[in-house]
Amino acid sequence: MLGLAQLFAGRLVKAAAILITIVVLNFLLVHAAPGDPAMVMAGEAGAADEQFVAQLRAQFGLDRPLTEQLATYVGKVVQGDLGYSYRQQRPVWDILWERLPATLLLTLTAFLLSLALGVLLGAFAAVQVGRWSDSAITVLALLAYATPIYWTGLMLSLLFAVELGWLPAFGYETIGAGYTGLDHALDVARHMVLPVVTLALFYMAAYARLTRASMLEVRGQDFVKTARAKGLGPLRIETRHVLRNAILPVITVAGIQAGQLVGGSILIETVFAWPGIGRLAFEAVLQRDYQVLLGIFLVTSVMVILFNILTDLLYGLIDPRIQVAR
Amino acid sequence: MKHRLAAIHRLVAGGLLATALALPAAALAVLSAAPALAQETPVRGGTMNIIVQPEPPLLVLGLNQQGPTQTVAGKIYQGLLTYDQKLNPMPSLAKSWTVSPDGLTYTFKLQENVKWHDGKPFTAKDVVFTTSKFLVETHPRGRAVFSRCSSITALDDQTVEFKLKEPFPAFIQAFEVSSAPMMPAHIYEGTDYRANPANATPIGTGPFKFKEWVKGSYIHLVRNDDYFKPGQPYLDGIYFRVIPDGVSRALALESGQVQQTQYSDVEPFDVPRLRQLPHLEMTTKGYEFVAPMSWLEINHRVKPLDDKRFRKAIAHAIDRTFIRDKIWFGLGRVPTGPINSVVKFHDPKVTVYEHSPDKAKQLLDEMGLKPGADGTRATVKVMPMPYGETWSRLGEYLKQALGKVGVKVVLESTDAGGWSQRVANWDYEITTNFLYQYGDPALGVARTYISDNIRKGVMFSNTMGYSNPKVDELFAGAAREIDPAKRQEMYSEVQRILTDEVPVVWLLEMEFPTFIDKRVKNANTTAIGVNDTYDDVYMTAK
Repeated sequence: MLGLAQLFAGRLVKAAAILITIVVLNFLLVHAAPGDPAMVMAGEAGAADEQFVAQLRAQFGLDRPLTEQLATYVGKVVQGDLGYSYRQQRPVWDILWERLPATLLLTLTAFLLSLALGVLLGAFAAVQVGRWSDSAITVLALLAYATPIYWTGLMLSLLFAVELGWLPAFGYETIGAGYTGLDHALDVARHMVLPVVTLALFYMAAYARLTRASMLEVRGQDFVKTARAKGLGPLRIETRHVLRNAILPVITVAGIQAGQLVGGSILIETVFAWPGIGRLAFEAVLQRDYQVLLGIFLVTSVMVILFNILTDLLYGLIDPRIQVAR
Repeated sequence: MKHRLAAIHRLVAGGLLATALALPAAALAVLSAAPALAQETPVRGGTMNIIVQPEPPLLVLGLNQQGPTQTVAGKIYQGLLTYDQKLNPMPSLAKSWTVSPDGLTYTFKLQENVKWHDGKPFTAKDVVFTTSKFLVETHPRGRAVFSRCSSITALDDQTVEFKLKEPFPAFIQAFEVSSAPMMPAHIYEGTDYRANPANATPIGTGPFKFKEWVKGSYIHLVRNDDYFKPGQPYLDGIYFRVIPDGVSRALALESGQVQQTQYSDVEPFDVPRLRQLPHLEMTTKGYEFVAPMSWLEINHRVKPLDDKRFRKAIAHAIDRTFIRDKIWFGLGRVPTGPINSVVKFHDPKVTVYEHSPDKAKQLLDEMGLKPGADGTRATVKVMPMPYGETWSRLGEYLKQALGKVGVKVVLESTDAGGWSQRVANWDYEITTNFLYQYGDPALGVARTYISDNIRKGVMFSNTMGYSNPKVDELFAGAAREIDPAKRQEMYSEVQRILTDEVPVVWLLEMEFPTFIDKRVKNANTTAIGVNDTYDDVYMTAK
């Protein structure tokens, strides 16, 4: 157990170093793009003069040398302050905090759903290999994987929201309905159905294909024959022997994907007008809202690092043969 | 009914007090209100849903004048005037006004019993604060206009007097809500305007009050019960909904979840389909004040673009009717020159460039630009505006059309930040651009062509680097001239010179489609259309 704690501490130290590097790199990258927030705002206003742009630059701190801006920013980040969005006139942390729940709700639900369904369908297809149900699942997975997510979203919306009228087409809640408690939760759930299904379909396909292929490979191995020879039941063989050994690649992929949960899905959030962080990031890029963009990058980086550590730990739990490396 | 009549009485009274300048406006207002009166009594209640896209950064109109900000904040804040669709001034926070015969003194009488949303009275002090302190500090257009005043004085609580350093007849066009939104002195005076914590909860005098803003989702305004027009507004509230995807916006309109879209909310290619829907009305009216004009902006510092024959060749090479019909799906008018035909002093008697590739080739031959082995006479870089698919399509069309006369086009792509940066710093060859004309050539047209306004790093200045002393003189003279006939003469001459020298190639007098649900009445009746207060808008039952 001490080994584990040591590993964890070591990883955290490395993570901190990586984070600082990421912050500096992001800062330089973001500032390398042509134009700045003052220029964008002047463009949007449809009228400008020298004073307008100069005032905005002074207010945003953009008139300081780049190295000074960088030092100020890193200094603040180290203290846990993500800066201030002058465009929105609010602290970045407040802006992110407001958008994070919507994104996490969407992506986490879609993630768990796609993982569960994907593994289930993949395992089922592997067991039924060569039969019609296997073919059906394979074709469905291929289709879901190959269809652009944007198009799937729009088509589902057209069918279920516009034609049938069963579900709301977009948004996070029924605006102006004033629901509270359970009614509110149900309302949000109804709004979640289409975006979650759209997002989950795509990832489910990936997990299903991965699980099926991996399971087929494991099933051919000698220890599975031995298990069968011992007289174990087929269900026990498939779950304990085959699936457990076949699941590692799926976890690797899931780990990578989980790290991107916060980044959300810009396309899904755009199509369904979901007030999440992916859209915020996209808009921040166009508006050169440096501080907001850097804040999102930072939170995303933290998530990626965290989920990488978690994935490594999970490997050890599922397959004790994998030793935690120092 | 009673309230409506009362409102009209006030309008008429205002008109009687006003000068000749204001009279036609008041008469028109009565005329335009009359049919609505005959039809039905306004219904009180109901909530409107309007698209807002992109989401505004903040709602304090004095600090931010982005298009979407204006649509939302135009219901919260008010200007002294609004304008009918012929651009004649009409009362808003001012109930009447007079202009002295020498054109130097403008006196405004304010409406009575107007209160800020926090209950404090709105007085002449607020007007003086807004125009002499707030806007000259924060608002580029306001700064240009109000710095022409030698004094701005509150004669009493209800009267404000503006004295100008020299006559500027366009002054009367500068009082609509986005040009001069009245800001509360008791909240902003003596503070850092941009950092004022009250910016999160805007306080205006308008018919709707700020209630809630869920970022990324919606902005909710509710009825101001203390609005100065008794019984108004009729609506309980308005939700402005943020829907970032164009297809989803069209769906929202189709399914009746929103009752209005404006400006570029609906892409031109969706317009023909949505027009067919029985529950929607489409209009292109209500944009007379902004009167957008789009053009090919040409950098005169680059050869051969500095030669007017080359610019004329471009004008002949492109088919502007095709652009209007096939790229903008019929939205817009083919322009004759620099002044939009809905703006005052427009003159159509100018050099017109018909689509003629032969004339274009002839002009290029004259310049000595003969086709090379591959048929190329010259190569130019075109950077379309990064404002949606329509502009990219235009870029592709330009490549085809100019290619046919031997001018090879290299398309450059960029995003909004990069585009502003490059155009403002003259780092481009040809780009597309469009500017609003704000009701008067002195406010929205001159700025593009006068050499005083060649200012590096400033967007929407004379970024082409075009310079003609005669043009400078005419624009300056017309801005000062109070005799409308003489003004017209000068503007006509400047239009003739500009169309001969083609500093830019005018493409389209743009029209925006406004879709409004037929249940909504009285919306979009002035020259500022969707940005007006909506204090008389009501909705009938389903």
